[in-house]
Amino acid sequence: MIVEFGHFALILALVVAIGQSVLPMVGAARRDVRLAAFGRQAAHAQFALLGLSFAALTYAFVTSDFSVALVVSNSHSLKPMLYKISGVWGNHEGSMLLWVLILAAFGSAVAAFGRNLPESLKSRVIGVQGMIGVGFLLFIVLTSNPFERMLPAPLDGRDLNPLLQDPGLAFHPPFLYLGYVGLSVAFSFAVAALIEGKVDAAWARWVRPWTLAAWSSLTLGIALGSWWAYYELGWGGWWFWDPVENASFMPWLAATALLHSAIVVEKRDALKSWTVLLAIIAFSLSLMGTFIVRSGVLTSVHAFAVDPERGVFILILLGIAVGGSLALYAWRAPDLQPGGLFRPISREGGLLINNLFLAVACATVLLGTLYPLIAEAVADEKISVGPPFFNATFIPLMIPLIILMAAGPMMGWKRAGISGLLHRLRAALVATAAAALVVLFVAETDAIAAALGVAAGVWVLAGVTTDLVHRCRSREGTLGAGLNRLFNLPRSVWGTALGHAGVAIVVMGITVDSLMSTDIIAAAEPGDRFELAGRTLVYEGVEPKMGPNYMSERGVISVYKGDEKIAELDPERRFYPVQGMTTTEAAIRSTVFEDLYVVIGEQDEQGRRTVRLHHNPLVPWLWFGTIIMVLGGVLSLSDRRLRVGAPIRSKKATTGKTEGGAPPAGAQPEAGD
Amino acid sequence: MKQRLLYLLPLAGFLAIAGYFAYGLTLNPQELPSALIDKPAPTFELAPLDDRTPGLATADLAGEPVALVNFFASWCVPCRAEHPILTRLAEVENVPLYGIAYKDEIADSIGFLNELGNPYDRIGVDQDGRAAIEFGVYGVPETYVIDRDGHIRFRHAGALTRQIIERDIMPLIEELRK
Repeated sequence: MIVEFGHFALILALVVAIGQSVLPMVGAARRDVRLAAFGRQAAHAQFALLGLSFAALTYAFVTSDFSVALVVSNSHSLKPMLYKISGVWGNHEGSMLLWVLILAAFGSAVAAFGRNLPESLKSRVIGVQGMIGVGFLLFIVLTSNPFERMLPAPLDGRDLNPLLQDPGLAFHPPFLYLGYVGLSVAFSFAVAALIEGKVDAAWARWVRPWTLAAWSSLTLGIALGSWWAYYELGWGGWWFWDPVENASFMPWLAATALLHSAIVVEKRDALKSWTVLLAIIAFSLSLMGTFIVRSGVLTSVHAFAVDPERGVFILILLGIAVGGSLALYAWRAPDLQPGGLFRPISREGGLLINNLFLAVACATVLLGTLYPLIAEAVADEKISVGPPFFNATFIPLMIPLIILMAAGPMMGWKRAGISGLLHRLRAALVATAAAALVVLFVAETDAIAAALGVAAGVWVLAGVTTDLVHRCRSREGTLGAGLNRLFNLPRSVWGTALGHAGVAIVVMGITVDSLMSTDIIAAAEPGDRFELAGRTLVYEGVEPKMGPNYMSERGVISVYKGDEKIAELDPERRFYPVQGMTTTEAAIRSTVFEDLYVVIGEQDEQGRRTVRLHHNPLVPWLWFGTIIMVLGGVLSLSDRRLRVGAPIRSKKATTGKTEGGAPPAGAQPEAGD
Repeated sequence: MKQRLLYLLPLAGFLAIAGYFAYGLTLNPQELPSALIDKPAPTFELAPLDDRTPGLATADLAGEPVALVNFFASWCVPCRAEHPILTRLAEVENVPLYGIAYKDEIADSIGFLNELGNPYDRIGVDQDGRAAIEFGVYGVPETYVIDRDGHIRFRHAGALTRQIIERDIMPLIEELRK
């Protein structure tokens, strides 16, 4: 019964979404308050209905209701509870339901928190959210019903793919979707603004928090996925430039650009039509990611619903949403009022260059991802583009971006002087040069590349520190007063500092790991010793172990430094009988500066076992750096919310006439366009 | 006016991409050059499908004068089409044939083989498609010819036909058996 309720709520949500996509739009055009109110209620109702629907599906998984086809193919009664729940979204149908649930949650949040938004803008945003909802709900109801029954019900399920039974992956999709779908709000704002024909500082202030929230979630989601690939796939790699990884990375790059260009719109009223375009592109790339993953158009590790019918459906959706919004852009954007002028060397100029490089980087990734398709269409050649292409194109694009990252936040609006900037950054320059020299001397291989990467990281960290110190240098010059100012800096300043510092740490981690990691692959007998990065690793043997829904061979590898035993690592090979699948569980010893990463393989005829021992320096910095970036995003968000939530209403939204001064919060009560 | 045309660029770019996607959905993978020709087969290790047929790993490929590796899936219609040809090739020519069940439910793969017969000497289960990625598989079905040293000598993407077997595969098998 509960399952049928869930299905019914899903269909009802579709009906509500249809109303939500039409009536508030009419209301905004006719200035009808009742229709606008309907839009808000519909957004809440859609969220509530999808919440019920999702709860019903979760209930079916938790209680192992094997009369539901989806539960049969993705769950098993012996599976631990965490994976019963994560099984809800560990498949195509359930993940689409989670997708629309999050979409509805964002729609409802706009309706609830947007109290001081102009009524017509809000109605239109809610209307556009409704339209996206209609598209995806139709997709689910028509092609991917998660509530389909299977009668007669089998005794037990076929279990979730064991690779997906992992805490990192349990939370990877929800965060990723929060990010993807969060960008829908920026998209809806962009479309609504194009319909209204007006983009101003207030608009940018509204878009920023949603983009920040989406960006933080997306960052976390991508990192969780990468972390999972690192320890679960057992290759010791964390990024493969796989089409599906790229599909999540492109919206991230676009969202990062949007985050920065929206600042320019907010403070200086410039770059308006570019920002609107970025908002459209960021979400379009999210939609494209959905298409790539689910249509099977590109072969990838992740593709899990290879079904041409679904592919065609999503392509049509993509055509309507992206084609429609870009057509609207082509029609309306030329009429947007151009805003403030600025010199090339200024904060705006810096942010513009940031956007340029991020956009080109995003286009490069897009090209690399789609190139196999394009090459085949144009030249009838079948090729695949691998990491060499991305490394050769993406890294050079990141270098100027990183150089700018340290200096940008210190530049003044409108115009800035290069010499003053260099003077202020002299300590940072010295630190960077010193770091580069140290690496040049210490590194045994690839010294130049390593020095470049580490210097880039140190440069940004030093730049961030210089900026913070400069901002809180007080007249009295006492340490106490300085510290006081440091902690009273606006949270958005801290957000920027942490965001940039996180990137710097990740860059250093990537550089050092990709250039200096070492590994040993050998067939080992118990007692064999291996020398790796100054440590001695001894393979002790393998013992059997039982898990709740798997059998395991647990290897024991002791780690010695000199004669002292510093750790014992126990990599596993798990066999999941229900799916007949073996997974490798790497054992990792993480310290601040390195990972020791070991995996065991199958036994050969002579009774020896394949062991792979990796030394991955600075890999933990990838995860530290990401966490710091996300913290920066959240901190900045908390600052924004204070301002955005302030119920001050001014008659006329001022457009940032003072340098760095925030225009008053709130917006015009009803835009009279 | 010129300015307005500029604003049409994003739409034009999107339409081009959408066109490629639409084209991509209709793709029919044919003969593909492989970067791995004359290189050792990639390292992989796959669990068996059931207890009747052993699993498949890189080490199993070498040793025989010639062997075939075939990626298949129960959901793939061309795989059904090539099945009798594959079976004939394995039985009549007595070539060791190894199957890799690509992105498929175990029960479905077993059902597929129960229904049509199992021509494979070994079967590895590649549910997440990792081995397929290592091989550079474009889509199922896809077939590789492996020599005595475990090197890939030939690759065919798409269903095998009599013509391909007579023209490409049989001459290669004769050559490798010498």
